[in-house]
Amino acid sequence: MSSKPRTLYEKIWDAHVVERRDDGTCLIYIDRHLVHEVTSPQAFEALRVAGRKLRRPDLTLAVPDHNLPTTARLDADGRRVPIADRESADQLATLERNAPEFGVRYIDAVAPEQGIVHVVGPEQGFSQPGTTIVCGDSHTAAHGGLGALAFGIGTSEIEHVMATQTLLLAPSKTMEVRVEGTLGAGVTPKDVILHVIGVIGAAGGTGYVIEYTGNVFREMSVEGRLTVCNMSIEGGARAGLIAPDETTFAYMQGRPMAPAGADWDKAIAWWRTLPTDPGATYDKVVIIDAADIAPCLTWGTSPEDVVPITGVVPDPMSFADPSKQVAAQKSLDYMGLTPGTRMQDVPVENIFIGSCTNSRIEDLRAAAAVVKGRKVAANVRQALIVPGSGLVKRQAEEEGLDRIFVEAGFEWREPGCSMCLAMNPDKVPAGERCASTSNRNFVGRQGPGARTHLVSPAMAAAAAVTGHLTDVRELEPVA
Amino acid sequence: MKPIREVEGRAIPLGLKNVDTDVIIPAQYLKTITRKGLGRGAFETIRAQPGNVFDDPEYKGANILIAGDNFGCGSSREHAAWALGDLGIDAVIAPSFSDIFSGNAFKNGILTVVLPQEAVDRLLEVAKTHPIGIDLENQTVTTPFQDRFRFEIDPFRKHCLLNGLDEVGMTLAQDAAISTFEGRMAADRPWL
Ligand code: SF4
Repeated sequence: MSSKPRTLYEKIWDAHVVERRDDGTCLIYIDRHLVHEVTSPQAFEALRVAGRKLRRPDLTLAVPDHNLPTTARLDADGRRVPIADRESADQLATLERNAPEFGVRYIDAVAPEQGIVHVVGPEQGFSQPGTTIVCGDSHTAAHGGLGALAFGIGTSEIEHVMATQTLLLAPSKTMEVRVEGTLGAGVTPKDVILHVIGVIGAAGGTGYVIEYTGNVFREMSVEGRLTVCNMSIEGGARAGLIAPDETTFAYMQGRPMAPAGADWDKAIAWWRTLPTDPGATYDKVVIIDAADIAPCLTWGTSPEDVVPITGVVPDPMSFADPSKQVAAQKSLDYMGLTPGTRMQDVPVENIFIGSCTNSRIEDLRAAAAVVKGRKVAANVRQALIVPGSGLVKRQAEEEGLDRIFVEAGFEWREPGCSMCLAMNPDKVPAGERCASTSNRNFVGRQGPGARTHLVSPAMAAAAAVTGHLTDVRELEPVA
Repeated sequence: MKPIREVEGRAIPLGLKNVDTDVIIPAQYLKTITRKGLGRGAFETIRAQPGNVFDDPEYKGANILIAGDNFGCGSSREHAAWALGDLGIDAVIAPSFSDIFSGNAFKNGILTVVLPQEAVDRLLEVAKTHPIGIDLENQTVTTPFQDRFRFEIDPFRKHCLLNGLDEVGMTLAQDAAISTFEGRMAADRPWL
């Protein structure tokens, strides 16, 4: 072995090189391939047309999530409720056909384990430290929270992985985002990553893989780390990583697809070798003081449009870059906001707590803690809680969280991507505003004309009970 | 894939920064199970505005698109590349692209050309009235006014595009190396 100090990213990369070309591109072995209904049909179709097999069905896991309605999936007699939208039904049926035809493990729409791919992968122990993980979905970066090199791929690459279990990749540059210090009250992992994106910009991470370091991430739960890494792509980075540690191992242990017995000891021994060596260098380093991070949210239509909840809608002219001035003005027109308005004075009609960013048990607990003993405000038309998986849902029900939400006036839904993107019946109506725990505030993302403010689960819950964007720290405790 | 050597023609001067894949093809068009026909949903929100560049008769039949920084950011949907292909776009020129988008474009035989902002600004001007030309072999973009901008491209991508090579087929030819790796992995990391 070479003795040159290496970063976590470099170690995972080196362990997966099948072949290195002269120009530095490598054929990289892929350990885990997650498949969902939206981006896979054309890849399966291409295999079939070319008469090719899927090389490693045992390393592939399929689960539908994007366009499943989140209303009840079984009727009173236990029969499957058909999906009304013909194209959605078609995509689901296509995956249901393709999975057995190619021998892929499949968690179906009514299985207790069904959920959003990026929630299911870690939860099942399918996603593991030190692995390479891909999925036809840009938020695959989430799995980096376990210390895996995980990134989204397009459909041609899906086909490539299916046929060869490899990808041809050029190494990325590395960026260290180090956050040290003590987080203030009410500051959650979501606020940390929104703040980071605000600092580096939506394109700041382009060409990089980010490693998040510092005590803030070391002290964070695995759930929080998944939230942070999930949004790496919103900062332009293809992947985000956090070194595996005791917290990670404790999370992995006993999961259905995690290593067990003698394998467990071998796995842990290897995982311990992964963290970045002392003296290893990154191509770029960004240092953030934890004390500078406030509970924050987005005001515009790019995830870099971040302000603290105590802030105001910015004046487009306050940006130095002329093209950002134009973009900001467009954002404000779309968002229906006027510069100088206090963020906290902005009313919201929709609340969405869910998505692969914030739909794990911790997120639901954080939201429930705010909601408990309160009611959804009268001006809020729609308030959805969508657990990330059937297992999260069951756990929440065991803890009684569902009752807290339902009593407050929230809807308690079946797992899926839901209102994160406008592909299923859960949409934000045109011109309406949504406090959303999802990851994208793009034009039309939650429905044509929908206006999205990205927030943490606690802040979404706070907005639900007050009817406007709210600083969760200022809500009086309920006796 | 059809080989690309030269792309010549009118270019749509879009020029916008941060055009994300939701703008290129909105989510409601992703429900298809084939690769065809996505052109009808391409740039829907932009095309809803009167006088937009896509419906301007001046650029009818254009096969090049010129955009601003960070084109194709956002979701990894390959539908964005299919939609551009379905619109008849053979090449996109911008100061920068999202990594995933440029990979997807490449795999679908669409050339992404990165040029400095000043060059893109000049091309946006020229495109309003004149055709432009891209020569992949020589890595240049030219205008009828003697402008000549050189661009960089990954040599492997260039080779594949010039020869219309299919990447899956090329990798399958390395089956022995992949099998060797799998054997080593089974020994070193048996839990996988
Ligand atoms: S929840 Fe949203 S971001 Fe996550 S996989 Fe589903 S659609 Fe994509």
